[in-house]
Amino acid sequence: MTSTSPKTAPQPTAPPHTTPAWEDLVTAALLGTERRMPPVPLRSVRSPAAALLDAAAVSTVRRRAALRPALAGERPAPAPADPRPPLPAAARHRLSLLLADRGGTGDGSRRGAAPDLTELLPQWLTAAQEYGYRAPGALLPALLDAARARTDLRPAALALAGPRALWLARLNDDWAFALRGTTGPAAVPGTEDPEGVRRLWEEGLFAERVTLLTALRRRDPAAGLALLGTTWATERAEDRLMFLDALREGLSAADEPFLEQALSDRSRNVRATAAELLSALPGSALAARMAERAHAHVGLGRTSGPVITVEAPQECDAGMQRDGVAPKPPSGRGQGAWWLSQLLEAAPLDAWRDRFDGRTPAEIIALPVADNWRTELHDAWCRAAVRQRDADWARALLGAPATADRATEVAPPGSSRDLAKLLSVLPEDERALWVAEFIAAHGLSDAFRMLGVCAVPWAEPLGRSVVDALDIARDAGSYPWSFSGVMGLAERCLDPAAADRLDMLTAVTDEPEGASPGSGGYWSEAFQRLVGTLRLRATMHAELTGPADTADGTGNGTGAAAPAAS
Amino acid sequence: MAPDDASRKAGGKLAAPGPWSETGADGGAVWGQCKGSGKKPYQAVIDVTGPAFKCSCPSRKFPCKHALGLLLLWAGDPGEVPAGEPPQWAGEWLAGRRERAERAAGAAAGGSAAARTPADPEAARRRAERRLQRIDAGATELEQRLEDLLRTGLTAAEGAGYSAWDETAARMVDAQAPGLASRVRELGSVVASGANWPARMLEECALLHLLDQGFLGRERLPAALAATVRSRVGLTTDAADVLAGPDAVTVRDRWLVLAQEDSDDGKLTSRRIFLRGERTGRMALHLSFGGAGRPLDLALPPGLVLDADLAYYPGARPLRAALGERHAPAAPGPVPPGCGIDAALAAYGDALRDDPWLDSWPVVLADVTPVPPRDGAGWQLADADGESALPLDPRASGRTGLWQLAAISGGAPITVFGECGHRGFLPLTAWDPTPVSL
Repeated sequence: MTSTSPKTAPQPTAPPHTTPAWEDLVTAALLGTERRMPPVPLRSVRSPAAALLDAAAVSTVRRRAALRPALAGERPAPAPADPRPPLPAAARHRLSLLLADRGGTGDGSRRGAAPDLTELLPQWLTAAQEYGYRAPGALLPALLDAARARTDLRPAALALAGPRALWLARLNDDWAFALRGTTGPAAVPGTEDPEGVRRLWEEGLFAERVTLLTALRRRDPAAGLALLGTTWATERAEDRLMFLDALREGLSAADEPFLEQALSDRSRNVRATAAELLSALPGSALAARMAERAHAHVGLGRTSGPVITVEAPQECDAGMQRDGVAPKPPSGRGQGAWWLSQLLEAAPLDAWRDRFDGRTPAEIIALPVADNWRTELHDAWCRAAVRQRDADWARALLGAPATADRATEVAPPGSSRDLAKLLSVLPEDERALWVAEFIAAHGLSDAFRMLGVCAVPWAEPLGRSVVDALDIARDAGSYPWSFSGVMGLAERCLDPAAADRLDMLTAVTDEPEGASPGSGGYWSEAFQRLVGTLRLRATMHAELTGPADTADGTGNGTGAAAPAAS
Repeated sequence: MAPDDASRKAGGKLAAPGPWSETGADGGAVWGQCKGSGKKPYQAVIDVTGPAFKCSCPSRKFPCKHALGLLLLWAGDPGEVPAGEPPQWAGEWLAGRRERAERAAGAAAGGSAAARTPADPEAARRRAERRLQRIDAGATELEQRLEDLLRTGLTAAEGAGYSAWDETAARMVDAQAPGLASRVRELGSVVASGANWPARMLEECALLHLLDQGFLGRERLPAALAATVRSRVGLTTDAADVLAGPDAVTVRDRWLVLAQEDSDDGKLTSRRIFLRGERTGRMALHLSFGGAGRPLDLALPPGLVLDADLAYYPGARPLRAALGERHAPAAPGPVPPGCGIDAALAAYGDALRDDPWLDSWPVVLADVTPVPPRDGAGWQLADADGESALPLDPRASGRTGLWQLAAISGGAPITVFGECGHRGFLPLTAWDPTPVSL
């Protein structure tokens, strides 16, 4: 519509309009009726301002009542179909509760009797993975947010979220991480696509290339090595280091020539990593060279009986340095001991049997060591056992967990021994048994990291010994938060079947003499939380096997199931 | 249903069998004892027909985490809560509630309006008269303010900021016209609302002017429109009068809960529940308010169907309604039928003819696809067939609900309930096919 109203100076009478243009009304309002006579009919009793408001009101309501639809934009391509079955109703509800509790409730302290849901989300996601369910659409944004905040959740969360989450992530930059392909072999071109592999390797971002190499090594170690070989000479030193590290995946004797060559690399870090990888291959030439050097300094002497004699190396020659021995010790360590420990760590453990007249690892450990070298020697062997994944030596070095002098024996003063790492070399059931006996004999104070390497849920008798130890700690009258780390682990790792046995511990007991004031109540609360969490975990697992939520997505349900309370 | 996020989380934690003992349920109630930090467990009872809650804990939250946890436990796995007779501590309260409910139902049916009539009707009439005079004075003053603004021009208002409008809003509160006051307060934020604010400012001023004029000329308006004007100015009608007053008309239908939405401005919690009658097809809006520590009296998750009497508040375009007698417990309902984009806009336009102050009208859209932003345009909902689309209300952008909407759709047409108005479409519920609050 066009207006013929004058747009310059105010006039005493405007021509009669029935439909003044809205833009003209806005202009008049902006400038003020003092300066711009509104393009509206004036009634004698009304001020121009009131007349303008009248006309604007009519125009506003008229335009709102006649709103026309917008032209539809291009419809998005539909998300790929996800044929997996929907979550059971109860499990769907549980997931929404766990996701709602993300971010924590603020009372982060380990107090109170209620379970800590934040720590249960990873467990729920891991458990759900076994069933191959598909996540409900309404929870995808929260799942993606959770995965964005916690990288450890990403693989499981994205697996559950499925193709629709990737479809959704393309619409929101916040979720770009889901598309970056750091999440699994799905995003990496397969062996059937050598051209795609090559292109990604040559043009991809650094993180994409590392992912590609790691994935390829997992599938076909030789192909991964070959791929790395194509560009090795032109990579930057930091990148060479990371790529070399990726060779840990699927490391075998076939990699030796390449690694041997890397021992002459320009970068010291690359050389050291190559040497470390080679020493994990007991059959490698480097391992043989290290064995020769180590055996030259450690041998069997005889005074009143057999004794291990140790003589520190006098120099760190070029050959040693090329094989990864760092010449400069950290402050506070003697040069000789430092060089020796590196030789021992890289020398194949198998070779000591011949060196010590056919003795078993346990017998070798039991031999006396001359001149206070015992701790240094055994520490280095511990690291070698971890690096070479040698269970026999790990077992021998760990010894019997319950020996009376274990605490001093296993971790003598001045030792840098990492028992948790050593334990991780043992088979799972043996590991759990060892830790159980250790706790039974020595209590919980040193057990936290050892428990961390045990398989979940804890096998018996490990669970029982943790519970017993907690019970003993309560009787000793200390506060439960002295054991909050172990308590938290127990909530996540104890077998839910232990809940019934724990029930009796939730009662508030009389505090023992000399106990910290109020500790009885706090222990009762802590045990309640433990029992509650275990029951919740059992419920969570049961829910995942519950009846399928037929109303979700299949379209043949009767309609709305019982809606979730909000 | 939780009073706040913290309570919901705390309740979620208690929704496990661990701390509970002596739990039980019968047809209309759930009860249980929850082990807390003290020696004596807390006793929680829920009347699920209300729902109403009682708990022996000292929490001032309502419902407290124990009641929420118990409810979630019961809802999550009814097997955890055996059926039985309520123990004494639960039974007394439940019996009291049921007795009161029966009495109230009897009273409502028996025309209680007379019983609630103030002791001195003459004094009440004089009070109402004085209030109308005050509002008249306020509306006249506001008219003057608006005319001054238009005379000097909106550019002059740009520099004035919020304070000038806040002051006028305070004058309207003094004039006992809270409806005018809140509209005036909105004006203050329009100036800062970005590009094209003068047009929005003129729209809001014009509608406010229309309301002033309507109120000052209420004697000459049709009764229904006069009622709309009165309620928009802030003269409220008691829910009891709506249900049982001399002009009360109740509508019995099977009402499907389309959405339940809570908002909290710091002092006041308000809850909007949208309903639609299966037989009549009429939309209804139930409002409830709770102050600090005061519970909202009604909770109806979307998807339930309620066989009940509703009574609409008077007005030219009735929407707000009071809930009267319920004839059956709420039960799960179907995915509602809906309309297309053109019909949704037509419904809003039609409603505006009766009530020009409506910003939006509730509609169920069927077979619409969320279309992601492209070329500067925002999100849209588009008909599955045809070229019509509705832009989403800017208030929807950035909310999790928007992404839930997109995720539920996955590029395919879905059913969405929301408010369709001049700012676009504000989605409130989507069906997956279970209803999901957005």
